[in-house]
Amino acid sequence: MLDILIIGSGGAGLSAALSAKQNNSTVLVVGKSYPTASQTSMAQGGMNAALGNVTPDTIQAHIDDTIKSAHSLCNVTMVKNLCEDAPKSIEWLEKLGVPFDRTEKSQVAQRQLGGASSKRACYAQDYTGLKILHTLYDNCLKEGIEMKEEYFLLNLIIEEKSVLGAIFLNVVTGEVEEIRANKTILATGGYGGLYKNFTTNSEGATGDGIAAVLRAGGSLSDMEFVQFHPTALKGSATLISESARGEGGYLVNSKEERFVDELLPRDVVARAIAEQIVKGEEVFLDIRHLGEEKLLKLMPQEVHLCRLHEGIDPVHELIPIKPVAHYSMGGIDVNENLEVTGLKNCYAVGECSNAKVHGANRLGGNSLLEIVSLGRRVGGDCHRTNENIETNANSNQLESDQEYIEGLFEEYPWERNFYQIQDELGEKFYKYAGIVRDNTELNNLLNELRVIKADIDNMGIGDKEKENNTNLVDFLQFQNLLEIGEVVLDAALVRDESRGAHFKSAFPNEDDKLYKAHSLFWIEENVLQNKLVKVVN
Amino acid sequence: MNFKINRQESLESFDVPFESSTLLKALYHIKNNQDNTLTFSSNCRSGVCGTCAVRVNGKEVLACAYTLQEGDLVEPLAYHEVQRDLKVNKQKVRETLRTSTAWLQSSQEATISEQQVALTEKQSDCILCDSCYSSCPVLEVNPSFIGPFALTRAYRYTADPREGDIQAIIDNIQTNGIWDCTLCGNCTEVCPQGIDPKMDITMLRGTASQFGYTDPNFQAMDFGFGGF
Repeated sequence: MLDILIIGSGGAGLSAALSAKQNNSTVLVVGKSYPTASQTSMAQGGMNAALGNVTPDTIQAHIDDTIKSAHSLCNVTMVKNLCEDAPKSIEWLEKLGVPFDRTEKSQVAQRQLGGASSKRACYAQDYTGLKILHTLYDNCLKEGIEMKEEYFLLNLIIEEKSVLGAIFLNVVTGEVEEIRANKTILATGGYGGLYKNFTTNSEGATGDGIAAVLRAGGSLSDMEFVQFHPTALKGSATLISESARGEGGYLVNSKEERFVDELLPRDVVARAIAEQIVKGEEVFLDIRHLGEEKLLKLMPQEVHLCRLHEGIDPVHELIPIKPVAHYSMGGIDVNENLEVTGLKNCYAVGECSNAKVHGANRLGGNSLLEIVSLGRRVGGDCHRTNENIETNANSNQLESDQEYIEGLFEEYPWERNFYQIQDELGEKFYKYAGIVRDNTELNNLLNELRVIKADIDNMGIGDKEKENNTNLVDFLQFQNLLEIGEVVLDAALVRDESRGAHFKSAFPNEDDKLYKAHSLFWIEENVLQNKLVKVVN
Repeated sequence: MNFKINRQESLESFDVPFESSTLLKALYHIKNNQDNTLTFSSNCRSGVCGTCAVRVNGKEVLACAYTLQEGDLVEPLAYHEVQRDLKVNKQKVRETLRTSTAWLQSSQEATISEQQVALTEKQSDCILCDSCYSSCPVLEVNPSFIGPFALTRAYRYTADPREGDIQAIIDNIQTNGIWDCTLCGNCTEVCPQGIDPKMDITMLRGTASQFGYTDPNFQAMDFGFGGF
């Protein structure tokens, strides 16, 4: 049997695969898209490591900055390990061939990102994630790592709380297939897709792995914490990297007045912008003073995206922006070994997981670090903790998923267009479960979401072709988002305080007595359960 | 706005209620509101994931980065197996990366300067959208041609100071590789990232000659004088 099944082929999945291969494990990477199409390609700004190549820096300073930004919701040991491993992870990527930019002294170049006390983010222009991802991919090809594309995760195979692999929809053939393995690593990405049309995330950020864990009886945590990036293009929600502010860009309102220190943590800056918008102001990013030469050298992608999507030239004009959903801090609850809470032989890494390194607010540059560092770690470690597995398992997950998919082709009447509902829901999540939250609005949205869930039998797929049915994939993703959305709203309702990215106007302060705790959610006897788990550091 | 999509079995005409729109936005509008069966690939909406390349009026574009024009004809990429409508199988084409062995063959310690990074900065911007491959006329006559993006990627590693065995890559791109290119420049013209595979292939030819390789086409020419 296969040693390790990795679900998700972004930076976390590929890092895990390379590391598993180095440890002589047999490994298979399965993803719903092509590996180089993953969300990692969109990460622009950089990857943090306290190298001190440009300004003096220490690992302790990196730890302190990360903990500060996490607002007490992190695991200090995890943060410490992550920051200590950062220089080693950069070194590992260097060996693989990642073309990081260099300083005049031919060292890896580092730039300033928000919330960092030093120039700490290693970068490759504003294509850092893209170049890391493609280099990882090249190395997976070199190592002969088997990768299956266009396999959509349906469910985990569970026997007595132990994960034995997973069931997939082969999108190309339309067949439902089973892949078994001793260990399963989920690296399936976040749930920014909940905020459809109001997120920088790709179409595929639909939390498929998170929803699968929830259905399998595993736990999710801190799902109310969704980071809003201060600067996305106003029309298209396309990300303009934090490096634009790191390099000296200003945020201004309609009167061209600055209203916030641009390098404060993302949650603070996003709220300041939201406040301006509520006051009726428009908000712009101003990078004109940096000059054309510098802009084209340091952020060619930003310049290009502004021209394409907003029809403006940022060299000479203000860039209209809005804050949008950008990163899911919450996710699959894991312990310090990245094992999924409530399930055996199952691990989660990257944005789909809550490894408690970001807490209530992630620092720019720490997510690329997380996927590479923890991806490497889990790929190498998970095989060492082999438990005896019942090989004659009789799970009927395959049959049940086959039946479900077949049913979608036959029974569903398609009376309601789920695409329209998804668009409406995206806007409502942005308005009512977004930057500033209110219990009445959250409750109303939760009721609405439950009505939509109950009405799912009146939706379904209009496309009845078996092969290459992207309508089917869209519908399955929509259902995952509905399941996750309910947890996000529930979790936001429970937390009557403001902490990091979670802000309630009625409770504007942190309440450590009640809420210095992780919110944990799981399904037991078909009912969503929750509890708060106090943070002890 | 009206435009046409080549859906293999038929050429279908669609109307979308936008005055100005990216092609991708128009495709989604159709799929979500008019015809759920319209099939295409996309992901990031911002030109970095390489998923949504198609041909418009015969020229390769990223659907997310192309502004739709009245009367446009949208077709799937060429030299790819069309799976359905605009969705193609990129699996086989990806095999060219294995053939060209575009990775560090033997990673060595090296000091890399700003200038050396700049040398292959563009090449490593590649998003693997396959536009260049689709535009390449050599594939019409030689389906085994490694093609532009895999050669550009090979060049990116040969030019990396960390590469300890440049010759291994050069050896692997001789057959159906650098000498099969006609230097027509179609690839350079369609690359959404501004990469110049034609120049990269020229550079690879130069490196290959340092390892004693010569243009086999040149050897085969006799210019009417009975050969050299």
